[in-house]
Amino acid sequence: MSQQTSPPGGSGPLPATGQGSPAGPVRQTGSSPGRGSGRPAFLGHMGRVRNLGLFVVLVLLCVVGALSSDNFATSQNALVILTSAAVIGVITIGQTFVIIGGGIDLSVGAIVALGSVWCTTVATQSFGFGGMVFCALAVGAVVGLVNGLIIAYGNIVAFIVTIAMMASARGLAERISDRQSQVVTVESFNSLASTRFLGIPLLVHILAVAVLVGWVLLNRTTFGRRTFAIGGNQEAARLAGLDVRRHTVMLYALSGLCCGIAAIMLTARTTSGASNLGDLYELDSIAAVIIGGTLLTGGRGSLVGSILGVLVFTTITNIFVLNNLTTDIQQIAKGLIIVAAVLIQRRGRRTATP
Amino acid sequence: MSAPLLEMQGVVKEFPGVRALDGVDLDVVAGEVHCLLGQNGAGKSTLIKVLAGAHQPDEGHIAWEGEPVTLPTPTAAMRHGIATIYQELDLADGLSVAENVYLGHEQSRLGFAQRSRMHDAARQLLRRLGHPEIPVTREVGELSAAGKQLVSMARALSHEARLIIMDEPSAVLAHDEVDNLFRIIGDLTAAGVAVVYISHRMDEIRRIGDRVTVLKDGRTVARGLPARSTPTSELVSLMTGRTVEYAFPPRPQGPDPDERPVLLEVEHLSRPGEFHDVSFTVRAGEIVGLAGLVGSGRSEILETVYGARRPASGRVRVAGSALRPGSITAAVRAGLGLAPEERKSQALFLHSSIAHNVSMSSLRRFARAGLVDARTELSATTDAVRRLDLRPPDPTRPVRTLSGGNQQKAVVARWLLTDCRLLLLDEPTRGVDVGARAELYALIRRLADSGVGVLLVSSEVPEVLGLADRVLVMREGRVVREAGALDLDESKVLDLVMEGSSV
Repeated sequence: MSQQTSPPGGSGPLPATGQGSPAGPVRQTGSSPGRGSGRPAFLGHMGRVRNLGLFVVLVLLCVVGALSSDNFATSQNALVILTSAAVIGVITIGQTFVIIGGGIDLSVGAIVALGSVWCTTVATQSFGFGGMVFCALAVGAVVGLVNGLIIAYGNIVAFIVTIAMMASARGLAERISDRQSQVVTVESFNSLASTRFLGIPLLVHILAVAVLVGWVLLNRTTFGRRTFAIGGNQEAARLAGLDVRRHTVMLYALSGLCCGIAAIMLTARTTSGASNLGDLYELDSIAAVIIGGTLLTGGRGSLVGSILGVLVFTTITNIFVLNNLTTDIQQIAKGLIIVAAVLIQRRGRRTATP
Repeated sequence: MSAPLLEMQGVVKEFPGVRALDGVDLDVVAGEVHCLLGQNGAGKSTLIKVLAGAHQPDEGHIAWEGEPVTLPTPTAAMRHGIATIYQELDLADGLSVAENVYLGHEQSRLGFAQRSRMHDAARQLLRRLGHPEIPVTREVGELSAAGKQLVSMARALSHEARLIIMDEPSAVLAHDEVDNLFRIIGDLTAAGVAVVYISHRMDEIRRIGDRVTVLKDGRTVARGLPARSTPTSELVSLMTGRTVEYAFPPRPQGPDPDERPVLLEVEHLSRPGEFHDVSFTVRAGEIVGLAGLVGSGRSEILETVYGARRPASGRVRVAGSALRPGSITAAVRAGLGLAPEERKSQALFLHSSIAHNVSMSSLRRFARAGLVDARTELSATTDAVRRLDLRPPDPTRPVRTLSGGNQQKAVVARWLLTDCRLLLLDEPTRGVDVGARAELYALIRRLADSGVGVLLVSSEVPEVLGLADRVLVMREGRVVREAGALDLDESKVLDLVMEGSSV
């Protein structure tokens, strides 16, 4: 369905040839119907169109959900969906930054596990709520920092470094916890997951704040602008005087920090820390980023798209659960959606570039 | 002359919003070098793609040996004997020379590639091209640009091409390699192969061209002019619709340049294998040119001054204080700016708008607590874009829609915003059409007049001589002559540059 919505907006206002002629662009100005919106970057435009397609998919899913189950279209269920989107949503924010910056972070799931285990050891719990939160955030940020340092200064590709970190961090988590689940006895920590504010779970508030901060950081700050630049053309960014290495380190540290936040949220939900938490989250977050319209090669992307991607996946899961369908079919549907989304994305790109 | 090998009539190709070809006529006879001339955006690339079978024309006729043909796919074009050598050579870097030559039409038996047969055949083709020394088992990625071009040509020959289209083949070649290219073209045409040759360089067209067809705004404005005898001014005016020669702005008659403050001091700079013991100065308001062949160390010096490479020894001072070696950030802070050789891969963010490209090095100026103030950013970039007469003067447009000359202006605009004191220009007019060149020359002179020092690298000797105040001639990593631009002429510089090199 989104195929029907994307071409009219996707092809109209974009100059279609790569001729780059001196006369060409001038001539086109008059004939492009979608111009004059006053938005500075055409990027924003592309993002809007693509997000619209994804939004339509989400609405359609909701229609399907409402038709298939009486329990779907309730405010209670909406909160269930949002709550289950919260953890992977926060991780996906960091992943979006990393991918737009031209990298990839395969260690996010393992960092969540390590953060969760480390902040729930008997020793850490003795420091109480503040100690546990600080510990999870610090573990996430430091592991991300290590990723970034090796990638930027060791000149090893991100795929290899983060896949190595995925193994090591998960292994460390298993070693610390001895593969036992560590029950959280600090009640105030567990209440993070049960507390509601204005009738909405605190976890959903955390996601909302994280999305807002992430959006501003990506679209309104020098940091975000440089992220797009480095992902779009690393050599040009270096020659323009940007400190590409330092920025790369910060991107992975940011991703790690997001994992630290997610570790707190997930640990509070399950009221225990365990080394098997966050399994396959790297794939879920990357899938959400991809169907959200971010180029896997970097330089172009949208945070709102990523979050919509997360919501699409969690809504599907929810519909399947409500209809008592097994997870295997769920996985198949997920795979199909990823491929379909990329195909639609490429259609949009083909009209945009020569 | 016999019937033309290829004849195109009234060919039209439309893309959404643009009529890229608007009535192109072209006829090519066997054994000639037919030059295609036109500004960027005149439709040359589209025309090539139509001939190569990559684009389908919307209207018009194409005849091959007098018979009407359609070229629905690249394979169909190749079957007729039309081969194309693109500017960005379309080779697989990870495959061997022989594998690239036979890519897509591997010699095989029962599905197994016959390697030795392909190796022998590829070796023979390279011998025919005068380069038997290129090993056919070598990975193409390890070859130089000239070597890759030869592989591309061998591929064309392997298809028994009768028409070879070459899109600015000399742009990636050094001086002596160009000579070899011309020799090969001579051999090909002697054997009856027709060559469609695209180039911006008038001297090349004079040297090897038989006839010239001029395109303007997607239309053929002149067809089959004699390449050697048509005056340059006529060709230029056909291309641009106005009469411009290579126009260099006048040098200022101001105060003696020696009285102006020294901006850049390069002292005994060396990088083994690239350049040795290079010393020179650039004063405020002065344009200093580095002339020399590709590989003589010119670009490397520029990049070392800029901090993109770390010198093995020597020092760079800007306005008296030493620059931290190997740090671009330090160089930019000290007021240096680089417009690199490869605009698209080294300078531009093609996904982004003009404004975002221009403000990239001065973002901090527009930010408070890390938040970019889009309004001041837009007004500053609009200002810079207007000052440089960049067209269209709308910084919100995607930078990739600009022509080569205007993209170069966007790169220069970036450094206007950093209050750059010393501009390093590496091949600033590469891929820029004649009309836009004159504008860039005037712009560079204006910047110098406003007190900016300019260090200019160019492969085109007339450009260095016409634009620079002082010229350093480089050969094999050493400065062999330093003189005022007026004290040198083209043949003197070429003598210095070529002396001792094996041509």
